[in-house]
Amino acid sequence: MSDNRYTTLNLGPTHPATHGIFQNVLTLDGERIIDTEQTIGYIHRAFEKIAERRPYYQITTLTDRMNYCSSPINNIGWHMAVEKLLGVKTTKRIDYMRIILMELARITDHLICNSVIGVDSGALTGFIYVFQEREKVYEIYELLCGARLTTNVGRIGGFERDFSPEVITKIYEFLDHLPKVLRQFEKLLLRNRIFMDRTINVGPISAERAMNYGFTGPNLRAAGVDYDVRVTSPYSSYDDFDFAIPVGTQGDTYDRFCVRQEEVWQSLKLIRNALDNLPEGKYFADVPEFYLPPKEEVYNKMEALIWHFKIVMGEIGAPVGEIYHSVEAGNGELGFYLVSDGGRTPYRLHFRRPCFIYYQALPEMIRGGVLSDAILTMSSMNVIAGELDG
Amino acid sequence: MRRDKKNLDSKFLTGKLKTRFTEDIIAIDEHSDMLTAVVKKEAIHEVIRFLKENESLGFTFLTTLCGIHYPDQELQLGVIYHLHRFSDNSRIRIKTFLPLDNPSVPTVTDLFSAANWMERETYDFYGILFEGHPNLKRILNVEYLDYFPMRKEFPLEDPTRKDKDNRFFGR
Amino acid sequence: MKTASYNKVDPPEGFTSPGIFATTFDKVVGLARKNSIWPLPFATSCCGIEFMATMGAHYDLGRFGAERLSFSPRQADLLMVMGTIAKKMAPVVQQVYVQMAEPRWVIAVGACAASGGIFDTYSVLQGIDRIVPVDVYVPGCPPRPEQIIDGFMKIQELVGKESLRRRYSQEYKDLLESYGIR
Repeated sequence: MSDNRYTTLNLGPTHPATHGIFQNVLTLDGERIIDTEQTIGYIHRAFEKIAERRPYYQITTLTDRMNYCSSPINNIGWHMAVEKLLGVKTTKRIDYMRIILMELARITDHLICNSVIGVDSGALTGFIYVFQEREKVYEIYELLCGARLTTNVGRIGGFERDFSPEVITKIYEFLDHLPKVLRQFEKLLLRNRIFMDRTINVGPISAERAMNYGFTGPNLRAAGVDYDVRVTSPYSSYDDFDFAIPVGTQGDTYDRFCVRQEEVWQSLKLIRNALDNLPEGKYFADVPEFYLPPKEEVYNKMEALIWHFKIVMGEIGAPVGEIYHSVEAGNGELGFYLVSDGGRTPYRLHFRRPCFIYYQALPEMIRGGVLSDAILTMSSMNVIAGELDG
Repeated sequence: MRRDKKNLDSKFLTGKLKTRFTEDIIAIDEHSDMLTAVVKKEAIHEVIRFLKENESLGFTFLTTLCGIHYPDQELQLGVIYHLHRFSDNSRIRIKTFLPLDNPSVPTVTDLFSAANWMERETYDFYGILFEGHPNLKRILNVEYLDYFPMRKEFPLEDPTRKDKDNRFFGR
Repeated sequence: MKTASYNKVDPPEGFTSPGIFATTFDKVVGLARKNSIWPLPFATSCCGIEFMATMGAHYDLGRFGAERLSFSPRQADLLMVMGTIAKKMAPVVQQVYVQMAEPRWVIAVGACAASGGIFDTYSVLQGIDRIVPVDVYVPGCPPRPEQIIDGFMKIQELVGKESLRRRYSQEYKDLLESYGIR
């Protein structure tokens, strides 16, 4: 388009408002956006190729780094995919522990996304308050697995250690403290006239177009379709719990903000329910081929020593087969398509990354709007570069 | 009860697909975790359109689209589509295999806009050409990359790297 | 305000007299520069989130003078590269570095920026020191905020002790020439 009326503006790849590195070359008529050309791949780390060369338990570290704002969901999703291939049944205790962790991770992901929508519209305070809450969740993760951000939590078949009493106390404290901060955050933004003017009718998408584009997660629910993987194909005992799925009407930025905010409240309810009713039982399932035996047994029993050797030296293969398993990650349906040929590494592992799929709808969503609306739309879609490029 | 419903559905689906596309379906596998059908590449667009637009089927959501490479088979490259029906949470997997010297298959971008970038990613990784795609160029790798990295013959590591000794790094 | 419970930093060596403090020029300039570094957060992936935590209220990088983040390279002193740099991104990093005005420093935060990290693949640049000269490396995946602050304090040490003529020296010019930066 070499018409002299139109300006070409390069947004990215390094830009303070694009949270992650991806490039949008905008064609503008004054301040109205005519068209966008997107370039991604600036952080392509070849996860799918790496996964063909790593044993099953080493791939967990790769899944951490996809949507790094909510790593436990990716980790646990991957473990569940391998357990589906192996045909392993986990105990109720493991399922409830997984629910608690996944919902904690979902809370942190939505908190970042919503506070960053605030930052992009000029309200920096909410971001600072919310990051304090993330620090509390980091402390819980540290007690569980030692790491703050890229957690690598859990094992194929369960967890490496049980929830200690300190963890449970900390989670209860977090559940008691977060509602106050959330209410303050909502008072700042939710019914704020300026925020509402900036976000209502900005970047809308209809439900039909959203489904055609393969949207899932809060973006799809904001458009009006109540599809949530936790409800349609329940995994990890989610069907024991009663929680609501917030759904929007127009699919604009305000709806996405509200849907995420309400999901945080629902997650808090879920965690409290799971923690109050945490059943007794073992924290690991019976998968000797993949679950490392405890060190006391390795030093004392022959069988445990042999299993330990085989697992660490990588002589154990998974059964032949192919499965597709999906979980509800912070951004939508995170799927794992795993093809195994009996070896110690997957033959093919394809990650169905929600960000990659819905980001291609951005040109349609921002066409006709102004530049500042485009920034808000991008940040409300919660594009995480690690998941986009993979 | 749920198991029976799955069997009922997969028999119904298998029946409908076989009656409509008798010679184009090479295999149907009902014992995997979801109904899997292997289809000839010429018919893939019609099969997916049939699955999407037929009222009794209605698989209106394309979950994912990926490629695969089996160097030992005669038709080495493959494209795998996962479709989903929200109303009763059924999933179906369609596979099609292509020869290495002419890996081209019709695009499904006109049915699902989600396939746009997914097909570009498959082209980027495997070199599978999608006929009719609006913008088939590399999406994740650099433009000047002259090979298709996910094919099995290429290594994971950077082949031009000089400072890592392969003997110590277990390659 | 109790004075006994915090460390007082000694002033630089110099001649003191009522109303007068005389010292060498480079010590004063170093002191001023090191306590007012304006970083450019080049955050690409997970280390970027840890950087956001470092800038937050809990770990507060602003105490060290880095309160004002500059996203424009023209106004930045320190290029903090945090996260994996893919080969597609490498020219962008070099372009951003070239646009910074002297004196400029580079800190590579995280294993990916320092050496490619866990991603030994065909698409990831194995360390940004292949394209820009790096002053401090902070290992970790991701490094804890305390480690990032430690790296930042090492940069402060380097900035405080740097000679005023270093950027005009032949050695520095040869260093930039070896990276192809003119």
